[in-house]
Amino acid sequence: MNTLFAAVIPYWGQSLLRVLGGLVAVLLPAGTIVYLFLFKMMSFMQSRLGPMEAGPYGSLQLVAEVGKWLQKEDIQPTNADKPVFKMAPIIVLMSTFLLVVVVPFGPDAWFTDLETGIFYALAVSSISVLGILMAGWSSANKYSLLGGLRAAGQLIAYELPMVLAVMGVVIQAGTMNLQQIVVAQNAGSMFGIDTFGNPYVITQFVGFIVFMIAIQAELTQAPFDMPIAESELVSGYMTEYSGFRFLIFFIGEFATAGVFAMIASTLFLGGWGVPFSWFGWTSMDSVANWMNVVGPLVVFTKMMVLTFLIMWVRFTYPRFREDQLQRFAWKVLIPVSLANIMLTAVLKVVF
Amino acid sequence: MTILNDPVSAKLGNRQQLSYIASQAADARLNVELETEGMTLNIGPQHPATHGTLRIIARLDGEQVVWAEPSCGYMHRGYEKLTEVRTFPQVTSLINRIDWLGSFANEVPFILAAEKLMNVEAPPRAQWIRTILFELSRIANVSLFLGDLGVQLGAITPVFLAFRDREYVLNLIESATGGRFHPNFDRIGGLKDDLPAGWIDETKVVMKKLRNFCDEIETLLFGNEIFQSRTRGIGVIPRDVALQYGLSGANLRASGVDWDLRRDQTIPLAYDKVDFKVWTHPDGDSFARCWVRLQETREATKIVDQLLDGIPSGPVMAKVPKIIKVPEGEAWVSTENPLGEMGYYVVSRGDLGPFRVKIRSASFNNISITPWLLRGVYVPDIITILASLYFILGDIDR
Amino acid sequence: MHLQKPKGEVNQLSSPAETTAVVADTVRDEMVAAIRTTLGTAVVDTLVKPGDDIWVRVTTESWCASIQALKVAHAFDYFCFLSAIDWMPSPYGRGEDDPSEPAPVRDTVIRPGYTGGDTRMQLLVRLVNSVTHLGINIKADVPNDSFTIDSICTVFAGANWHEREAHEMFGIGFTGHPDLRNMYLPMDFEGYPMRKDFPLLARMVKPWPGIVDVEPLPGGADDDVKDGASEEGTS
Repeated sequence: MNTLFAAVIPYWGQSLLRVLGGLVAVLLPAGTIVYLFLFKMMSFMQSRLGPMEAGPYGSLQLVAEVGKWLQKEDIQPTNADKPVFKMAPIIVLMSTFLLVVVVPFGPDAWFTDLETGIFYALAVSSISVLGILMAGWSSANKYSLLGGLRAAGQLIAYELPMVLAVMGVVIQAGTMNLQQIVVAQNAGSMFGIDTFGNPYVITQFVGFIVFMIAIQAELTQAPFDMPIAESELVSGYMTEYSGFRFLIFFIGEFATAGVFAMIASTLFLGGWGVPFSWFGWTSMDSVANWMNVVGPLVVFTKMMVLTFLIMWVRFTYPRFREDQLQRFAWKVLIPVSLANIMLTAVLKVVF
Repeated sequence: MTILNDPVSAKLGNRQQLSYIASQAADARLNVELETEGMTLNIGPQHPATHGTLRIIARLDGEQVVWAEPSCGYMHRGYEKLTEVRTFPQVTSLINRIDWLGSFANEVPFILAAEKLMNVEAPPRAQWIRTILFELSRIANVSLFLGDLGVQLGAITPVFLAFRDREYVLNLIESATGGRFHPNFDRIGGLKDDLPAGWIDETKVVMKKLRNFCDEIETLLFGNEIFQSRTRGIGVIPRDVALQYGLSGANLRASGVDWDLRRDQTIPLAYDKVDFKVWTHPDGDSFARCWVRLQETREATKIVDQLLDGIPSGPVMAKVPKIIKVPEGEAWVSTENPLGEMGYYVVSRGDLGPFRVKIRSASFNNISITPWLLRGVYVPDIITILASLYFILGDIDR
Repeated sequence: MHLQKPKGEVNQLSSPAETTAVVADTVRDEMVAAIRTTLGTAVVDTLVKPGDDIWVRVTTESWCASIQALKVAHAFDYFCFLSAIDWMPSPYGRGEDDPSEPAPVRDTVIRPGYTGGDTRMQLLVRLVNSVTHLGINIKADVPNDSFTIDSICTVFAGANWHEREAHEMFGIGFTGHPDLRNMYLPMDFEGYPMRKDFPLLARMVKPWPGIVDVEPLPGGADDDVKDGASEEGTS
């Protein structure tokens, strides 16, 4: 499938394109989310205007903010474990970049096409836990330590419902390859009607809800933002970070939101594809080449819809307590997703 | 079994009893398990949750608090000493700054105490306007609490709604008194000035907005499952303990004590002319305290509405000498301020200024219960409990 | 918005309280009689201001026991506040002395307030019955030599912080108090700020301006001159 580029572009060129593409795929959604949702949507929900001065309608505010952060002094606490302290934000951001690698953006537009794509995605998403723990431990600050430990407990607890929610999709699609999951959704049909394909958000609705809750927790967004919990732990594991290092955490937070939303849209909303029946396509091979250009836009749109949901919840709900959060994960989400897997498996055999 | 036979526990309602047993059990558990080395966490003096400079020293075992003690004094301004070198009219500008969110309400009890010693009573119109402004400062104060409550629990939206609607009230106070935050409007014998034209109609519109704000907060925050699970059964104060520690205001009423100084004492304010309900809650937990405050804000808007309809005409100032000398004597006056019972014990020696003023502020008593209340809770509950007790630093430290 | 002037003449109205006759207050009188029977010889003096308040002075030795008795026998179960009063007039006056001149000698004879007193310091507690809402002020002398009195923490747990405050501000010791650390001041602070002989430094540096900054009150003579009688308000 990759022959189109492989024929004309040498390997180093492909690598360069991939790196640039990865940067765009991570930073562009992050910037858009921060501006559209964090700056503007939140303001409107709270009956205020938000940034209005920098650029038309405040659209360049983010540039100003980044400029501000870059100028800030890079403070490292005296007692901090310096190498670990410096490494932590990079590891958090790295997990985001590793995640975006498996997201397909079109029939030929992908970074890598792993057979076990979703398995890989779930695996690398846990790397950020490591970064957060490192940040919390190395800051030599009790708030950071509490935040880091809370984050570790929370992320590990919510990894499980996330994996279990994905299981339903994998069973239904019969593959772990994200590209083929997309095809299975767009080429499929529901009860013989193929106008809308078969987006798993309908058949796997329970799984979708569990997955969205789990990524809300993975992203440490309210109501699961105990690791940051600005009213108790000041800023949790980020308390001691300033300047560029804080910026990396900040980008990581919103870029990960974007990438997780991309994965969710791939799993449940049909990813880059539109229902194949609209254009008379039957399989992957017959998809038109222009889909490589339109596909990323489709993913982006679906991602924005899902991020809107994530942010909407974030701006509305108060925060759980740590024990309530764990109880919710182990007593509600995991049984529900296990039941969902069982039901899916039974139905898969029956039909 | 000893817990069930506990005399305190036997007097409580069902939910209170359960929480009380739970807290006793937490105590017992902590006492057994304390072999591990704990961590001392300093919350404050500069901390986002303490809106001011309160410092809480908490000894933690994991996320659980073994003991916690507030340490205040970072804002102590020594008002009791300063009043001794000022004249009676000058004192109001000091005591304005005690509870800075409901400033006008601070002035009233002191002025009433001075008037009591001088045997002067403000004309009816002044009493009504005082009552209206008193309730307006309650609304301005408690509406901020309702918004801030969300922030403390992690919901960021309510606080902006609160600031939006509080602004209307502050504008009203400003247009009537000339000061947004520190009106310094009350005088011995009446008020500095009358109401501006059009103020009454404007106030009625604002009161409607504030009632909408209360509904909004009720659905957005109080109806929220997470909010309820965070506050219900957390920080339970039984009736007896509340009385022992001298809690007042909504904190006391949330423990089931039906006592409101606006209703239960004869005081030269217009509260006996209006019909209002004193809300109580049997649970005594954080949710009850917040809920009572919400109802009180709504009730306050109704009080203001009723008072606006019947303001008597007449002067706003009684005949008092230009240079005020208060006769010798002692007087205690307390009123139901936004934070609770605010009282002044004024001792006069027939001089220009008071001989001694004891300022009994509500937050000092309300926060003195925290060492008792915070043992055995989790770190997030510290914030919930402090938020629900509702203190203003200036009111603790004076 | 322009300010409207109140209707009617400002100057002619006198306050209604001035003409109110003193009425008997049976509730408080009966309460004082009951307290006298309960406490017996512990009561030194009582005062009832009809319709206002009750003052009871108890002996120093019976301080804690009296409060316990009042709590149990008369259901004064609400602890309002505890504080102290230093009855000695300040040797610094109101801080109006010119620091460049020798300080004037002031009368420092101790005159106690309601219900009398034999010592310089007096402790004051206010308790309220949470059902009838009847309040009572209880006073006790603090001995001049030791400045020490029993703690009432065991009776009212809420007195803890109030006693700490009284300790650091007045230097009154409370026997039986678990933890008399300073609340407001640094631990190494010397002196007791609320005592009358503790100078207020701000006033020592710059003398009090007096009452020159008293603003003209509405209804006062200045007001009439300034505003004139022509402005008549509309409601």
